[in-house]
Amino acid sequence: MEQFLQQMINGISIGSIYALVALGYTMVYGIIKLINFAHGDVMMIGAYVGYACVALFNIPFIPSMLIAMVVCSILGVIIERVAYKPLRNAQRITVLITAIGVSFLLEYVMMYFVGATSKTYPQGALGAGKLSLGALSINVEQVYVITTTIIMMIVLQYIIKRTKLGKAMRAVSSDQDAAQLMGISVDRTISFTFILGSSLAAVAGVMLGAMYTISPLMGVQPGLKAFVAAVFGGIGSIPGAMLGGILLGLIETLVSAYLSSSYKDAVAFAILIIVLIVRPAGILGKNVREKV
Amino acid sequence: MFEINNLNVYYGVIHALRDVSLKINQGEIVTLIGSNGAGKTTTLRAISGITPSKSGEIKFMDENIEKAKTMQIVKSGISQVPEGRRIFPDMSVLENLQMGAYLRKDKEEIRQDLEQVYLRFPRLKDRRTQLAGTLSGGEQQMLAMGRALMAKPKLLLLDEPSMGLSPVLVQEIFQIIKDINKTGTTILLVEQNAHMALSIANRAYILETGEITMSGDASELAQSDAVRKAYLGG
Ligand SMILES: Nc1ncnc2c1ncn2[C@@H]1O[C@H](COP(=O)(O)OP(=O)(O)OP(=O)(O)O)[C@@H](O)[C@H]1O
Ligand SMILES: [Mg+2]
Repeated sequence: MEQFLQQMINGISIGSIYALVALGYTMVYGIIKLINFAHGDVMMIGAYVGYACVALFNIPFIPSMLIAMVVCSILGVIIERVAYKPLRNAQRITVLITAIGVSFLLEYVMMYFVGATSKTYPQGALGAGKLSLGALSINVEQVYVITTTIIMMIVLQYIIKRTKLGKAMRAVSSDQDAAQLMGISVDRTISFTFILGSSLAAVAGVMLGAMYTISPLMGVQPGLKAFVAAVFGGIGSIPGAMLGGILLGLIETLVSAYLSSSYKDAVAFAILIIVLIVRPAGILGKNVREKV
Repeated sequence: MFEINNLNVYYGVIHALRDVSLKINQGEIVTLIGSNGAGKTTTLRAISGITPSKSGEIKFMDENIEKAKTMQIVKSGISQVPEGRRIFPDMSVLENLQMGAYLRKDKEEIRQDLEQVYLRFPRLKDRRTQLAGTLSGGEQQMLAMGRALMAKPKLLLLDEPSMGLSPVLVQEIFQIIKDINKTGTTILLVEQNAHMALSIANRAYILETGEITMSGDASELAQSDAVRKAYLGG
């Protein structure tokens, strides 16, 4: 039983990271119908910014994370303005290929500057030691990851449900022309979406970096997983991305713990395929109502 | 207060509006009538700055707005109830109405206008927490109109408000349009339902395949043979 609970906590903490990244995929998809393949690499940049702050400038962890959020937000907005905006009326495949191009660009520019070898955050950057709860012992790191994710999700929900910009975002996602007729600026709303998504990616990147190691290609795997999580939960759905991320983390961890870690991706993808056969729109996705 | 001069709009090679000109005076209800594909929606979209025009001018309160962004056009006082209502289905009725006031700052005035909208459409008040997508067609039309009114427009553009509604509801909607006009809002009403539109409008323009073919007093047009044949069923 303890072992199971322990694994659940491991699963939720890695799932939290997927969920944070998946939110960026799903929000951007919701508003411009683009799978932003560069999103995982924005996370990687966040991890490096955090690393630079913590390891080179001795800035405390939380301010470092905030700096990473700001830098990634700016990066996200620039990517959208420079690479995606000119293609807003182009075919989807064109934009998709551009996104893949941006992804490679970020990875290899970064590799040019920092080299291909991986680096590690200073020991215990994200908190060290274990908390014991009865027979259960939880890494302090995991407590931080889970708490931070919960806080981020609450803040995000608040922004989207209650603030003017959040409502504008929902309006633009649902009907661009109608939103414009309200006087909403579509361009600004899209930028805002990239700011939200990229900040969450930065948070994920800094935490992931602090737990493992960082390298210019570190965004590829989790980026792909988060994309899967977003599709799993229902692409375009914010609660779906949260749920998809957590579920994916849990499935992976439980499979590695009880079967074998070499099956974890196979099982995760098999579940994804089954879900998509049964519910093509994902767990919480709406049945596709494509507008013509 | 509003005029369009020689407006041309293209969709690729399709010449959708050909030298369209029309004029609206303060306080009027003007209707633009035409059959399917005549270019009525295109005219309204061009006025709101959603569809770009190739040439010609659009003037509102002595300002040229044909190059302005939609946001500025809404700010200057032109709101549109688009064809097919286009409410935000996943937002509540109240949130839809709030979106209508997106560019306004004065919270107190917005609150008063919300009360006005609720007075005009009591059903919206009853359903304010409900998701807009769950409303009936008539209620959605009312929501779309209420949402546009929340911008406090000087000129209200209505694109086929009677579409898909039962005769009783059509009567009700047209009565509301008259009331809105009485409280000082100038109206440009696009309709296929020529009979109803001519009965409440001061003046009318007839649009056929992108060109204005007739215009004049609504009651006179309603009597003219050509209009009766083409739009009033004989
Ligand atoms: N986005 C578009 N791309 C290409 N052609 C278009 C587009 N929108 C409209 N058209 C064409 O422009 C012409 C005018 O269309 P518009 O929608 O303005 O007509 P309408 O008078 O509003 O018709 P309806 O009564 O059916 O609403 C039609 O021939 C239509 O096919
Ligand atoms: Mg139309």
